[in-house]
Amino acid sequence: MFEYAPAPESRSIVSIRPSYDLFIDGEFVEAKSDERIVTINPADEEPLAEVAAAGEADVDRAFTAARRAFERVWSPLPGAERGKYLFRIARIIQERARELAVLESLDNGKPIKETRDVDVPLAAAHFIYHAGWADKLAHAGFGPSPRPVGVAAQVIPWNFPLLMLAWKIAPALATGNTVVLKPAETTPLTALAFAEICQEAELPPGVVNILTGAGGTGRAVVAHPDADKVAFTGSTEVGREIARAVAGTGRRLTLELGGKGANIVYDDAAMDQAVEGIVSGIFFNQGHVCCAGSRLLVQESIAEELLAKLRTRISRLRLGDPLDKNTDIGAINSAAQLDRIRELAAAGEAEGASGWSPACPIPERGYWFPPTVFTGVTQAHRIAREEIFGPVLSVLTFRTPEEAVAKANNTPYGLSAGVWTEKGSRMLWTASRLRAGVVWSNTFNMFDPASPFGGYKESGYGREGGRHGLEAYLD
Amino acid sequence: MPDTTPGSLRTLLRELPGVDEVGVHRRTADLATRSVKTTAKRAAIDLAIRMVDLTTLEGADTPGKVSALAGKAMRPDPADPTAPSVAALCVYPDMVPVAARALAGSGVELASVATGFPAGRTSLEVKLADTGAAVAAGATEIDMVIDRGAFLSGDYRKVFDEITAVKETCGQARLKVILETGELATYDNVRRASWLSLHAGADFIKTSTGKTAPAATLPVTLVMLEAVRDYHLATGRRAGVKPAGGIRTTKDAMRYLVMVKEVAGDGWLDPAWFRLGASTLLNDLLMQRAKLTTGHYAGPDYYTID
Repeated sequence: MFEYAPAPESRSIVSIRPSYDLFIDGEFVEAKSDERIVTINPADEEPLAEVAAAGEADVDRAFTAARRAFERVWSPLPGAERGKYLFRIARIIQERARELAVLESLDNGKPIKETRDVDVPLAAAHFIYHAGWADKLAHAGFGPSPRPVGVAAQVIPWNFPLLMLAWKIAPALATGNTVVLKPAETTPLTALAFAEICQEAELPPGVVNILTGAGGTGRAVVAHPDADKVAFTGSTEVGREIARAVAGTGRRLTLELGGKGANIVYDDAAMDQAVEGIVSGIFFNQGHVCCAGSRLLVQESIAEELLAKLRTRISRLRLGDPLDKNTDIGAINSAAQLDRIRELAAAGEAEGASGWSPACPIPERGYWFPPTVFTGVTQAHRIAREEIFGPVLSVLTFRTPEEAVAKANNTPYGLSAGVWTEKGSRMLWTASRLRAGVVWSNTFNMFDPASPFGGYKESGYGREGGRHGLEAYLD
Repeated sequence: MPDTTPGSLRTLLRELPGVDEVGVHRRTADLATRSVKTTAKRAAIDLAIRMVDLTTLEGADTPGKVSALAGKAMRPDPADPTAPSVAALCVYPDMVPVAARALAGSGVELASVATGFPAGRTSLEVKLADTGAAVAAGATEIDMVIDRGAFLSGDYRKVFDEITAVKETCGQARLKVILETGELATYDNVRRASWLSLHAGADFIKTSTGKTAPAATLPVTLVMLEAVRDYHLATGRRAGVKPAGGIRTTKDAMRYLVMVKEVAGDGWLDPAWFRLGASTLLNDLLMQRAKLTTGHYAGPDYYTID
């Protein structure tokens, strides 16, 4: 017998400064606002650094820089030249991959194996993909000479900080726009590292501006009168607020919001792989995934067998130090998010569903929630309707394909879904009836920059990635 | 014992859930990222050595070569008596008497391939005689091959009957059933052949003869580990898995052990339930083991070639 020994990735590869300024017009500048935010490591609650919270004057300054860069430098630049900058950024991300992975793990709490194998390589891939588009926009299907929109105001969430930054910045830059981006309050560090990467790549000043801050900064960024386009990824609640702020201004808006994805498992599914898909669907990134497969819809005839396998599998997940290379489940990003997960899990129990978690040791410090499976869930339960954004799976059963589709669609959201069957005709029948922006067939949570991503209904509008994603940034 | 009429066997195997190839590869790749370091590596190397079926299956095998390999099986590292013995020595049937003399009293099992290894293209009488002779000469384990032609043509009954007959001939010897997964081509077939062998009484299911390519692979082993795990759950009887062929480095071996641990469970992390059929792997394990002890690699001349 052998047990895995601790295998921590060294944090000596990153040097975190005690304090960070705002990145405006190609330089780190002191904020005019004197408000500061402390970002902490959610795995041990230790402070990592202090960052500025940009105020309205700072936001003004960033938009002025972005406008100037848009008009004088970036939009007149030939696409091929813009592409070179994007390739250069991608290369630097790859060169600094290990550092970025460790930094992301520290600031976010997600396991190093995910930042190393998913977040950072995919972020680089998005720049590479869009670098390729930069000189081919005339062939993208948006007219013979599509023009950039202008200055994009972008606000991103804390669940995939660097990756969401890449999703936002890469298409904007490839199409000739300039950017004012606000990273999430709890995860600003990789965005600030990205600002250094922009300097290293000698990106012209003002093309990318990064303003750290909390909700107030975000509101000022999206409501700024000089924004031509607003792009937001985050909660449906904040998305609504932004839609109201932008309404009637003529500004473009794309929203990528919450989800309550259904993972439908038919009785003829490849069961062991379905179990893997269910696990990665809800426990990947501690369930902090807008497109998570948080509702398992399993055909009644195999429910018992599948759940037994699922429990065995979940019992082998390793929760703990995010920097340990063998960790599967890291820390919950913040105390506030942990409270939200706890509240909804408690509601699940109170409403009559029964929760199960494996016996797994929980570290004493930091924010943690064990992987949890709720059975006996009905459509009426809050845990079947509300986005939990945590490692909590709600299991429902169905008897017929019609019922599966009806239940899967019975949600105000419509971001993602998964279907598991070995029968091709049933796969196509089901996928064509699901109201979700992404439907995964016999897999889950697979991402590629060439594939457009986005939602229906309350999951937002607009697409990111692929040819479709360019449209939001082109006139 | 299930209903073994031809129709029922077919139904039984067809009812098994399918295997999604993409998913199997994804899971395999994910498990391959596990980091086995320091104390874990030390424990895993010793366990891997204890799981090796040290093998020589060549037309050119001689009594001298088999005796030398038996010596190595019992004491793999002449310079370090703390290195454990391997699980078994695996030879052709005619070498069993030589190996039995060399291994006598050592605790190292003596495995013999049989049943017209590697193709198995011979009559049942010959297969049984082959098996019986090996057991009589002292083999404690028999590695048989299934009739892949019969399996691929859908004659599951024939495969089943051959395994049960060989099993009976084995008596006390443990039976490893070689599926030759490289010839079965699909993971669905690997799963069906695994269950068929288990139902027929296999003590072990083994990937390959080592005579066809591809031999053992991690994804194939994953499917077979799932089979023994699920069979154990369904019947209470535990069977083992033996990947064989192409496993050459300590890193490969670590990946197999990680897979055993996470797919089948800790219960299979035992030479009684998992083996690595290999020849050159042993020296690499010994080299890595010495490196952990001394902090440096000795040259290949410090390890025996056989």
